[in-house]
Amino acid sequence: MKNKLKVLRAERDMTQADLADSLEVSRQTINAIEKGKFDPSLPLAFKMSKLFQLSIEAIFDNDEMK
Amino acid sequence: MESENVTKVIKNLALWTLLWLVSLALATFGPKFIWQENTTWSIVAIVINTAIGAGFIWAQMKRMTVLDELQKKIQLDAMGIALGVGIVGGMSYSVMDIANVISGDAEIGFLVMLISVSYMIALAVGKMRYA
Repeated sequence: MKNKLKVLRAERDMTQADLADSLEVSRQTINAIEKGKFDPSLPLAFKMSKLFQLSIEAIFDNDEMK
Repeated sequence: MESENVTKVIKNLALWTLLWLVSLALATFGPKFIWQENTTWSIVAIVINTAIGAGFIWAQMKRMTVLDELQKKIQLDAMGIALGVGIVGGMSYSVMDIANVISGDAEIGFLVMLISVSYMIALAVGKMRYA
């Protein structure tokens, strides 16, 4: 699933490790999500939504739904 | 992720693994080299080994709880492959023994080794896939 995680992280001057700490996951998980290799669970997506103060749809772009 | 908690859980697992291996060695080699085939001591050693084994399983389950969702997925995939390889490979090995295709009896150690190696390979592949 495509997402804007890398852009949002860069806008806030956060490293993958910073974001991983904020979301209580490993840096590998953040990297895999950014590369679209792994889709996060709904609770993790909500955590991201809360952290960036954006809706889940604004962070993730599900092409398959279109 | 609380790295201190993760480190503590992993150290705990390492300790239980070590204890289990030592107790397994004692239960395996004790009858021949320490207590000269005394059945009572053998039963005590086997009971201790099984009890420590339960602790080892508990420590492994505890470790799963500190993993994040991707790490859990990698572990689950690796365990699934190891289980499948263990069942299919183990049954083939057993049939080979029954059909006398292999010389000697089938040893449980080979099955443990097969499961361990397939688990480690699947774990490495999973880690590389999501790197």
